[in-house]
Amino acid sequence: MHPDSLYQEIILDHYRHPHGRGLRDATDPAARVGEAHHVNPTCGDEITVRVATDGTVFTDISYDGMGCSISQASASILHELLRGRAAGDAAVVHEAFVELMSGRGQVTPDEDVLGDGVAFAGVARYPARVKCALLSWMAFKDAAARAGVGVSPEVKA
Amino acid sequence: MTSSSIAIPAGMPQYDDVPRFDVAAVRADFPILDREVNGHPLVYLDSANTSHKPRQVLDVLTEHYARHNANVSRSVHTLGTEATEAYEGARAKIAAFLNAPSVDEVVFTKNSTEAINVVAYAFSNASLRADADERFRLGPGDEIVISEMEHHSNIVPWQLLAERTGATLRWFPVTDGGRLDESGLDDLVTERTKIVSLVHTSNILGTVNATARITERVRQVGALLLLDCSQSVPHQPIDVVDLDADFIVFTGHKMCGPTGIGVLWGRGELLAAMPPVMGGGSMIETVTMARTTFAAPPARFEAGTPPIAEAVALGAAVDYLTGVGMRAIQWHEKELTAYALDALATVPGLRIFGPSVPVGRGGTISFALGDVHPHDVGQVLDSLGVQVRVGHHCAKPVCARFGVPAMTRASFYLYTTTAEIDALVAGLDQVRKVFA
Repeated sequence: MHPDSLYQEIILDHYRHPHGRGLRDATDPAARVGEAHHVNPTCGDEITVRVATDGTVFTDISYDGMGCSISQASASILHELLRGRAAGDAAVVHEAFVELMSGRGQVTPDEDVLGDGVAFAGVARYPARVKCALLSWMAFKDAAARAGVGVSPEVKA
Repeated sequence: MTSSSIAIPAGMPQYDDVPRFDVAAVRADFPILDREVNGHPLVYLDSANTSHKPRQVLDVLTEHYARHNANVSRSVHTLGTEATEAYEGARAKIAAFLNAPSVDEVVFTKNSTEAINVVAYAFSNASLRADADERFRLGPGDEIVISEMEHHSNIVPWQLLAERTGATLRWFPVTDGGRLDESGLDDLVTERTKIVSLVHTSNILGTVNATARITERVRQVGALLLLDCSQSVPHQPIDVVDLDADFIVFTGHKMCGPTGIGVLWGRGELLAAMPPVMGGGSMIETVTMARTTFAAPPARFEAGTPPIAEAVALGAAVDYLTGVGMRAIQWHEKELTAYALDALATVPGLRIFGPSVPVGRGGTISFALGDVHPHDVGQVLDSLGVQVRVGHHCAKPVCARFGVPAMTRASFYLYTTTAEIDALVAGLDQVRKVFA
């Protein structure tokens, strides 16, 4: 397989210029905050995702970590797609992204739902890299649950 | 000899005396080396992870199941006898390969990890019995010494043993150059030390540890010495008498043998003093409902039906390696390592972890390419057919020591060529272009 299918320009852009990186405190002191730290034991990549919510909307999603281009770009796109979204909308996007990554390249992504996340369609064809792409999304799910907001059914991958 | 070479006095070993073998002929023995990966010829630089298997080993594996399949050490019939002879014959080949004083000093295990755990659990079990050999009894105040350079398989079993017995785990640090820091040897290995368990050749830095000083100190304080030879037995002649350790462990699949078979070599006298670890068939002398007495080593440590065909095939691997010549293999890899270190030095932004000269190191080279994550390095190389390992290499403390979460590692074996190293270097240029 040619790496261009994996390293889409969108992914490399997010990797080089990550959006929303760095853990932030909630601006509203009444916000509910949840945080989760996930590790990919096969490569040692780590990410911490923090969400702030008023109970309906994710007012901020911040993150910090270290890892490969796929895991870091994925976190950047997560931030872009889900920050400011209502929990129900976020759940739809989250589920679509997990479905795309679990699809072994057989799922056609909907750009209206996934935005820049469609660039990850190629990653789904590399089983060894799916975990990299999902690292921040799984951490986000746990962080949201800790803030009292459920976002997605269990991963079936 | 060219005119620029230094003349070696007559009677000394000459340049031409370096043992050689025909690499192209060796490559022809390995069927997998013919295949392509992602449209490119396979460039396999991951032999420290697992080696490929020559036809001679694959044939023995098939032949065993096709012609001699039966359980060992319990049947009087012909097939059972043939299988037992093949299994015990493999043990004898391995004993000879290691120059072990006795065949009974070779215990078959699943791999190096299991071999280390057998020793660790023997300590554990001995510590529970007041009548056990004092050398294996551990308690609060006793110390276990390892190093920061170990594979997780030579860290975790000792951490668990320390937890169970109340003993303290200590370790040798690693220098900036990737060598074992022996400067604190006398403070680290003391009368409190019961066992020192060290890697012989590092699976991540490539460092070959000189063990003589440590052995001397271990003898002085009356401790035991285990060497993890997973990365040395496949690559250089190993003589356990010469090495003067108490235990060595290694695994078959890194030395042209199958997976699922490894070896614990121990001094006969020590193995005999060790309590059993796993209980079951084959390891007993007699069993009543009330109690059991145990077989002598090596059977004491081989409970249950062993990996018979795998052991036989490991015997074939030892025959194969001996046929090529371990000294020649070591020399071939030394030349490859010198070539690779020079070639990698030409790659802008590349940082090598571990010794940067081909002295006291094996053909395993880990590096960083700028700040490109090793996963990304490995992925682009894979698209070009170049197979390297990326990640923490089951040696996270080494990564932490050098301040990186992961490394990219290229590792060589008897079938590796300089053309493959050229392909690696060309691939790294491609990585730099993608992540420029």
